[in-house]
Amino acid sequence: MARRSHVQTTLNGETVEFLCEPRQSLLEVLRDELHLTGAKEGCNNGNCGACSVILDGRLVNSCLVLGVETEGKSVETIEGLAEPDKLHPIQDAFLENAALQCGICTPGFIMSAKALLDQNPNPTEHEVRYWLAGNLCRCTGYDKIVRAVLDAAAAK
Amino acid sequence: MLENKDYKVIGTRPIRHDGVDKVTGRALYGADFQAAGLLHGRVLRSPHAHARITSIDTSRAEALPGVKGVVTAKDLPDAGDKVADLGEGAVNLKHLCDNILASDKVLYKGHAVAAVAATNPHIAEEACTLIDVEYEVLPPVLEVRQAMEPDAPLLHEHLKTTSLGETADEPSNVASHIQHKLGDPEKGFAEADVIIEREFVTGTVHQGYIEPHNATAHYNQDGQLTIWCSTQGAFTVREQVAEILQYPISKIKVVPMEIGGGFGGKISVYIKPVAALLAKKTGKPVKVLMNRADVFEGTGPTPASFIRVKMGATNDGKITAAEAYLAFEAGAYPGSPVGPGAMCIFAPYNIENVIIDGYDVVVNKPKTAPYRAPGAPNAAFGSETVVDEIAEKLGIDPLEIRLLNAAKEGDRRADGPVHPRIGCIETVEAAKAHPHYTAPNGKKHHGRGVASGYWFNIGLESSVTINVNSDGTINLIEGSTDIGGTRASIAMQAAEVLGISAESVNPSVVDTESVGYTAVTGGSRTTYATGYAAYEAAQDVKRQMIVRAAKLWEVDEANVQFADGEFSSINGKEEQISFRDLCARLGETGGPIVGSGTVNPGGAGGAYATHVVDVAVDEETGKVDILRYTAVQDAGKAIHPSYVEGQIQGGAVQGIGWALNEEYIYNAEGEMTNASFLDYRMPTCLDLPMIDAVIVEVPNPGHPYGVRGVGEVPIVPPMAAIANAIYDAIGVRMTELPMSPDRLLKAMGKI
Amino acid sequence: MRDFSYIAATTIPEAVALLDEKGENARILAGGTDLIVQVREARRDVDWMIDIKSIPEVNVLDYNADTGLVLGAAVECYKIYADDAICDAYPGLIDATTIIGGTAIQGRAGVGGNLCNASPAADGIPPLIVLNATCVIAGPNGERELRVEQFCTAPGQTALEKGEMLVSMKIPAPASNSSSYYLRFIPRNEMDIAVVGAGASVTLDDAKQTIVSARIALAAVAPTPLFAEEASALLAGREVSDEAIDAAAQAAQAIARPISDMRGTAEQRTHLVGVLTRRALNGAIQRVRDAA
Repeated sequence: MARRSHVQTTLNGETVEFLCEPRQSLLEVLRDELHLTGAKEGCNNGNCGACSVILDGRLVNSCLVLGVETEGKSVETIEGLAEPDKLHPIQDAFLENAALQCGICTPGFIMSAKALLDQNPNPTEHEVRYWLAGNLCRCTGYDKIVRAVLDAAAAK
Repeated sequence: MLENKDYKVIGTRPIRHDGVDKVTGRALYGADFQAAGLLHGRVLRSPHAHARITSIDTSRAEALPGVKGVVTAKDLPDAGDKVADLGEGAVNLKHLCDNILASDKVLYKGHAVAAVAATNPHIAEEACTLIDVEYEVLPPVLEVRQAMEPDAPLLHEHLKTTSLGETADEPSNVASHIQHKLGDPEKGFAEADVIIEREFVTGTVHQGYIEPHNATAHYNQDGQLTIWCSTQGAFTVREQVAEILQYPISKIKVVPMEIGGGFGGKISVYIKPVAALLAKKTGKPVKVLMNRADVFEGTGPTPASFIRVKMGATNDGKITAAEAYLAFEAGAYPGSPVGPGAMCIFAPYNIENVIIDGYDVVVNKPKTAPYRAPGAPNAAFGSETVVDEIAEKLGIDPLEIRLLNAAKEGDRRADGPVHPRIGCIETVEAAKAHPHYTAPNGKKHHGRGVASGYWFNIGLESSVTINVNSDGTINLIEGSTDIGGTRASIAMQAAEVLGISAESVNPSVVDTESVGYTAVTGGSRTTYATGYAAYEAAQDVKRQMIVRAAKLWEVDEANVQFADGEFSSINGKEEQISFRDLCARLGETGGPIVGSGTVNPGGAGGAYATHVVDVAVDEETGKVDILRYTAVQDAGKAIHPSYVEGQIQGGAVQGIGWALNEEYIYNAEGEMTNASFLDYRMPTCLDLPMIDAVIVEVPNPGHPYGVRGVGEVPIVPPMAAIANAIYDAIGVRMTELPMSPDRLLKAMGKI
Repeated sequence: MRDFSYIAATTIPEAVALLDEKGENARILAGGTDLIVQVREARRDVDWMIDIKSIPEVNVLDYNADTGLVLGAAVECYKIYADDAICDAYPGLIDATTIIGGTAIQGRAGVGGNLCNASPAADGIPPLIVLNATCVIAGPNGERELRVEQFCTAPGQTALEKGEMLVSMKIPAPASNSSSYYLRFIPRNEMDIAVVGAGASVTLDDAKQTIVSARIALAAVAPTPLFAEEASALLAGREVSDEAIDAAAQAAQAIARPISDMRGTAEQRTHLVGVLTRRALNGAIQRVRDAA
């Protein structure tokens, strides 16, 4: 077995260190090594977006990033979004709009929406739908999710 | 009859109780479970669609460092021993066990054959490649009509057709034939001025929940088995695991974790007994996760089907007779939802003369499982397309013909039951009155279609316990796993009874040892039946609180009344105390209050839906775009309208996927070639417009607040509505699902 | 997932030496959106992943209106479409980079990886072909260049020799009165692999009425993306007309040799080559005409 590598990265603003095998994805590292289970595995091949995280400011599928690749990088996950006593506006908008049913895709959608609003604070409905097309939801039909993201943008 | 009335909590839109955990990533789903010393399991699956297993050698896998245990069907109790004990049920037990781990034959690609527990999932996966299985490959049969042929390859040598109570002599892939008959169909067709008969084919489709199946099992030294998993029904898991492992239910505890979608697909067990076998063999907790391909190939999709529908009507639009032939693929073992399909197919109409034949047929595909109104969407695709064609032939508006023939209270469904108060007419009328239906839609290759649908909904058992807290809140303990906001919709019903806010209820979904028996979250039953149990439990609390108030005031119980969250005395003393203040005085008036409610209600009211859809067809590529979608549905009473709308929107969009692109694609060897979210094309948000969900409320007399189930019926109309819209756009009747671009190009004669 | 080793190379010579030393089970890791999935799903045996993202040359994204574009092999899609000058100069390339996977994929995947993955259905390759791109390849014997249409040799196979890696792609500066267009057919609106893809570039005369030259390329209709040479040549000197475009579309259809698979049937693909070629040409012509 390949040796486990020591990796140091910034996770939700804090420096963390972990050991991982090269074959462990960032998703596996987050979930199994760092016990941050907010990012979910839905397909493990980049087609559902349930594992979406932000890597050096850019939205990625954490199942398609190796843990070892995050050396010296910055990772943001759903767990880092809310402040201790206050939800992020996107999280509030998801609750207000009933934009989740089972909730398994929700962390991925929220991270994806955050990445969108960070670079385009006033997206059109089409821009929201285009940006979120890599995130699958099977419960909601997307209507309330799209409304939540538009609401979050308007609230900013 | 119940009338709509003003409620304080019901009909409002509070934030769901589990919402914050689910938007912050803190909610723990099955795969998130962790335990010290946890091992990871992986299942080896058959590469063949149909083969006899001649040998399994696990020695190389067992020798791999990190591997802690390997199991095969030999580790399951011998189901064959149960034949004498259980009679016909034993056959099902054998099927049930064989679907967990194949014993003698594999019947579909992806059929579980063996499983490994190892110190990490990668080692478990590698070990699976070291298990040597020898197969004698057999020809597969992959399509229902071919499977019904007399010379088709047989999946089960001992399966004989049961037809209307008689069992055939020769083995067959046809497990059963059912028939419903009403009136005199021959006479009805003779009275018709126009008769339309069409054949339809629908593909195999999957529920497509985003969370793969998962299970972690652990045996204590005293033999207590605990299973943590995502499931639609913890008690159902307990029952199935007890049967399969031949283990007492009292020694099995199932802990339902949060569940990432089910739609019917997380009722049957697959890897839960396997995790238990591995846990037993290794003495350690073992977590087994499916990957996405496992989910497609190794769990139950909903059946492909062949359907023939014939309907006749008089020139003034009265439907005089209807006939249906439904042949459903059960998958590898008997048990397709052809029964519900036959119950629902003509249920939006009051037709005097009906005959329906249904066939349950095994094929070399995964054993099918329920999927949202199982059987009804297939059936409605046929019937609702034929109704559209009749309307067109007669020059009658398609909603008008539905109104002319609409089922109403007192009418008889073809399979027997008489409709109680239903909202069929109301949904059609609401669709007709909706601005969408009259909006201009005249562009070239744009079309509009409508269709209706029915689902009967179910009741079944539910239990709720309420513990009253001293601060005026209540803890509501329930056994229904929450897939779409049911903590809220159940809590709101208890809150309404007690005159408290939704936020004053703290709902918990607990394990099988902590609440009374509760059937699955499915059948559109949870807000109805568990909500009913919550209502009863709250009534129990109210009764007990009245006793306490009476004691406090030293009056007779009969002189205490409760309204708007206030207890007051009548007849004499002018005493008053709020629910909240009385909660603080339970200790001095006799101790804690625990209320309970258990139900098995028979009054689940059937639900109707009518959908209107606009499409654009690209006639050069065959691609269909959904431009506008309106879904009208009778919810009885919408407890939390946002989540009712969510069910309607989600169901409609699953139907859109089923209509346009979703299907299992097989090669000649019986291998599914699109077992990924990349190629099993579920709708993304870029494929859709907003879905206008219109709630109609015709209260269900079988529920204290008039609730009808809402989860299932929205998937029934979309396929026919879209087919009818495509016809309106390009003049071509599509009779095969999905109506994918290549099929449209063929139907238009472009290729 | 099979076990493998990971090395982050920091220079081209280091990466080349590693590739040369480790042999055929070594593979370059850039965005990883294809490679990681292939290894995870046991579709490619890899013992060594050589991460090149720390090498400066593969991260170059340099556009000059006179000399054209140097596109480093590891430059992610999102960086390409974030550059307004590149969007103006090579709209056909932008069409592709905005539809490869979803937003999250575009955060990692690049055109260079798309090319090296050598999928017949790669969206990134037809635009490179129609834009006359050249591949810059480094190897044990130094650098060489190869025209992009010669780069893919079979599904998943490239002209890269042992020890060689793609460093960058060079795209000439666009001629005046020229533009490009790429589109694909998929049953959904995103997140699909092309059933058929078609790219076109055209250069018109100053009156924007006559086609001076054109290039057409196709995806998902042969073992590799195709340069439709004859179809392209048919258009040179022709006035813009439905007849000319139809003739090119038919010539494109003639070289398509598609298969039937879960993404589409051979008949459907052949039909779509005609439709998409027309749409790509009309799209490119429209862009020339729309330009100020």
